[in-house]
Order: sequence, then structure tokens, then C-alpha cells
Amino acid sequence: MSATEHASAPVVPLWQPAQVPSPTPSKIDPPEGEDLITVNFGPNHPSTHGVLRLIVTLDGEVVVGLDADIGYVHTGFEKNFEQKTYWKGIPYAPRMDYLAFFANELAYVGAVERLIEIEVPERAQWIRTLFAELNRIHSHLIFLGTSGVELGAISLFFYCLRERDRVLDLFEMVTGVRMHDRYPQFGGVAEDLPRGFYAEAKRFCHDVPLRIDEYLDLVAGNSVWRDRYRGIGTIDAATAIAMGLSGPNLRASGVPFDLRRAEPYLAYDKMDFDIVTGERGDAFDRLMCRTKEMYESVKIIDQCLEGMPSGPVMADDRKHVLPPRHELQTSMESLIHHFKLVTEGFRVKANQIYYTVESPRGEFGCFLVSDGGPKPWRIHFRAPSFVSLQSTAMMAVNRYIADLIVVVGSLDGVMGEADR
Amino acid sequence: MSPVTDNLKGFSVTFRHLFRKPVTQQFPEYKRPVYPRFRGRHRLHRHENGLEKCVGCSLCAAACPADCIRVVAAENTPEERYSPGERYARIYEINMSRCIFCGYCELACPFDAITLGHDYELAEMSRDALVYTKQMLLEPGPEARRTPVAPVDPYDIPAQEDGPA
Repeated sequence: MSATEHASAPVVPLWQPAQVPSPTPSKIDPPEGEDLITVNFGPNHPSTHGVLRLIVTLDGEVVVGLDADIGYVHTGFEKNFEQKTYWKGIPYAPRMDYLAFFANELAYVGAVERLIEIEVPERAQWIRTLFAELNRIHSHLIFLGTSGVELGAISLFFYCLRERDRVLDLFEMVTGVRMHDRYPQFGGVAEDLPRGFYAEAKRFCHDVPLRIDEYLDLVAGNSVWRDRYRGIGTIDAATAIAMGLSGPNLRASGVPFDLRRAEPYLAYDKMDFDIVTGERGDAFDRLMCRTKEMYESVKIIDQCLEGMPSGPVMADDRKHVLPPRHELQTSMESLIHHFKLVTEGFRVKANQIYYTVESPRGEFGCFLVSDGGPKPWRIHFRAPSFVSLQSTAMMAVNRYIADLIVVVGSLDGVMGEADR
Repeated sequence: MSPVTDNLKGFSVTFRHLFRKPVTQQFPEYKRPVYPRFRGRHRLHRHENGLEKCVGCSLCAAACPADCIRVVAAENTPEERYSPGERYARIYEINMSRCIFCGYCELACPFDAITLGHDYELAEMSRDALVYTKQMLLEPGPEARRTPVAPVDPYDIPAQEDGPA
């Protein structure tokens, strides 16, 4: 089969609906042939978004077999959680998916909060919603920028990272660090919003839609870009559901499934926003889905800023929440609670829970089993990158190797999260 | 629209950026002011009379998720008094190569003895140099206040010539 035959091949779904190559969909064996060569694409390739290793069998320039190999940044996060008390696990959570750090924290904190049945104040919910959306913009900007770099378009990368820095400035202003913030704590958020945040965030909300317009001018109309992205890695709705895709990857195939709408958590049921969907489910739709989602995120941030209720940001629960600082000097009881919570942590009655949030990459879930002790007995995270990467093979096979880069990029996998 | 106008629209974006002020900050010469809540290098504080606030209770070490703090306490004597309480931290070490700057030590400390300061230039040529001892952490430290901090009031970073817009 020569390469020229593929160039004029029509855009068709590679698999019949809901027919998933079983049992390992991430691996497609190459056919028998003499002229095939096997190439290691990664793990240290700049366009694999981290350390994804793809063992590619090539017939000329065409990918005929593919084996996606992961595990290069497996750091044992889940086991680490079992060694820490619940409170000390919070700073660990954001380090899995380093681009969607806030969503990871939310999943972990939300799961524990449901186990200990703690009531989160209204204002804390809204602050969390605000930062979850800021985080979504952050993640999507990195996705958009790096997909530009993969095609050799470096300006977009600079423009995107310029705006990303403003998101991080807002994070630094409120949480104290630019990433990995441990801002959501059990029962609320660590601190209230500082003065000046409103003005700064308002300026951000005003500027960012204008910038996204510019990105769309650069990307959506660009004929080179469209040719590289249109019809690549097509997946129809039924197959996407069968492969377990979630988030923008699923919505690009036309399935309007969004956990923010399907199972509203935080303050999302009070927000007015649209769910962006695509039609064809190709790489271009996935890209546009994420880019247009940023408009919706800005809308949500704006509503959060305008409708932010007043009140406490931390629940009044002395058995699970650190007492306020001023009480440490005056109340012996508070001091005892403080020492107990820091050294031993609180005990969680034996139970289990699965709690999900809509991370920028899709359904990020935290499954937590407690045996009644101060540490999680078992914790498992449902990583959307891990699930979406298994459809790499079926999307990339029988295409040019250059399209493989587009496929991997458009799935927006973060290897830190896939490997954990 | 035709591909030609679509492509021209893209070019016009890059062309317009020629006339925008760059956001680049010349880092070692220009140090970006950090926000007051920024969590950087730790500091150990003293009371006004010069005694150390730390009483060596090791609660920071217990709270640290990265296990990077080592405290060895000793008894104060009337001749050698370091802290107002019975005990003081004879050894106080923070391994900066392990620290994740979560600020849990600051939250845990019941005496406000340790806080996270604003210094962020912590690179060293050897790993041993990253184990900060009590002498390096105690205020006033040898290289205190290397990093400019944005004014607390009005708290926004003022619009600067070369800063972030």
C-alpha cells in the first residue's frame, strides 16, 4: 500500500459504531509484511505531551501498527495517599494532573467531604467554582498553545502562555502559589479572597475573550491548520462512548455530556453556561470544543464574581477543620483540637465513595475506601487522560505518521495523570 | 469566507503583535514583585526581646506532607535561654529540595514561629546547600528580603512599565 493512496482517502470512521478492538484497544498489531519498520515514537519526544511511548510500525509514511505504552512517570500517588492522613493528602492531589491541578484537588477534597459529611459554606462553593473554571482556562490554553508547537506554529504558543500567566497571577494572588495550591481544604477554602481580586479578575474576564478571538483568527481560518486537523482521528459518538471518552473529547463527537450539567456539583446549578459540542468528532472539533469552552468558562467566572455570596469560607466543625488562629492563644480546647488534627488527623468511619468532577480533560473521579482509620485504606483516581489515550491506536492507524502527532495532541493527555 | 481572507486574518493577528508592548520580563535584572500571600522560603521569627518564638514542639514536622523538617528540641537553662518556653529547637533543619511549599508548617505552628517568606531564588550548586539550618532561617537572616513584594494596600500590582499589564 503506497502513501499516495492514503492522501486521497476519504474521511471515514475507521471502526463501525461501538465496535471496540478488544481486549487491548491501545494496541493494534501490524499486518505481516516485508517493508515494515518499527519506530519508537517517544517516550522523550516533544510532541507526546510528556512521556508517552508509541511503538509505531510504519509502511513508508503510513502507520500500520501501533502500541501505546505508558507508565514512565508512574510515581505511586495512590499508594502515597495511603501513607498520609487525609489532611496531608491535599497537597499531593494537584501534582497528578499538573495542568488541571485544581480539579484534582476538588475531586479528592470532595470525596473526603462526603465521607465525613461536612457542610461546605455557600461562599466557599462559589470560590471553588470560580477557581475550577480559571483552572479550565489554564489547561485549555496550554493545550491550544502546545498543539500549535506540534505543527510548527510557535506564535500561538507564546500568545497562549501569556494569558496563562495571568491565570497563574490570579492563583498566586489568592492561594499564595501559582500552581499546586492546596487551596480547597476540607470544609471550605483555606483563605478568603483578598482585596483587589475582584478588579483583577474582572480585567481578566474582559481581556480573555478578546484574546480567544485572536486565537480563533489564527487557528480556525488558517488553511494549513484546517488541512492538518480536519478529518484526523475521527471517532463517532457511539464509539467514543464505548471507548470511555469524556470531557471535550466526547463532546466533540456530538454527545452533550458534561458533569457540570449532568450532576451539578459546587455552584454549577446556579450558573448559566452552554455546553459546547462538535459534530464530526475529529481533531479539529476537539480543538474548537476546548477553545470555545474557554468563552463559557469566562462566563461562569463573571457570574461567580457578580453573584458571590458573603459569609464564612470555612465550615464550623472543630472535629475536622483546624480552629481559627486567634483561638489558639486563648482557648485550651482549640489548642488540643489543633494538635490532634495536625498530628493524628481525624478518623473517617468505614465507608466508600466515588466522587467525580469535570476536569478540563473529562470525568476525573476519586474512589476512596476508608477502614475507619485516619488514613485512606485505598484510593483510586479515574484519570480521563488514561482512558482517552487508549483510543490513540484506532485513531492513528492507516494514517500518516504526521497525523499521529495531531491525534495524540488533540486527545490532550497529561501523562502525569495517566500514570499517576 | 475564502481561504485567502481567512489566512490574512491570521496574519493580521501576528502583525498586530509587532506593535504591542512585549510582556517579557528580564528576570535576573528585574524581579517580579510577588503577592503578599506568596509562599517562598521559610523564616523563623523572634519575639521583640530577641528570644526565638519556636519552642521546639515539632508540630511543623508532624504536619509536613513531604517530611522535610527536622526538629531536635533541648531544655532552656537560666544561663542559656533561647525561647520563652521550657524548651527550644536545638536543631531546626528544612530540606529545601524536598519542600513542596504547601505552607502546612505555617498553618500548624501554634506560636506563629515559622512563616513562609517571599524569597523564591533558591537554586544551589549542591544538594547539601539546600538543607537550610536554623541559622539560615532565623530572622533577621543573612540575606533577608531579596525579593520585592507588591504593596499590601491597595494590594493590586500597580500597572508598571515593564511589569504584567
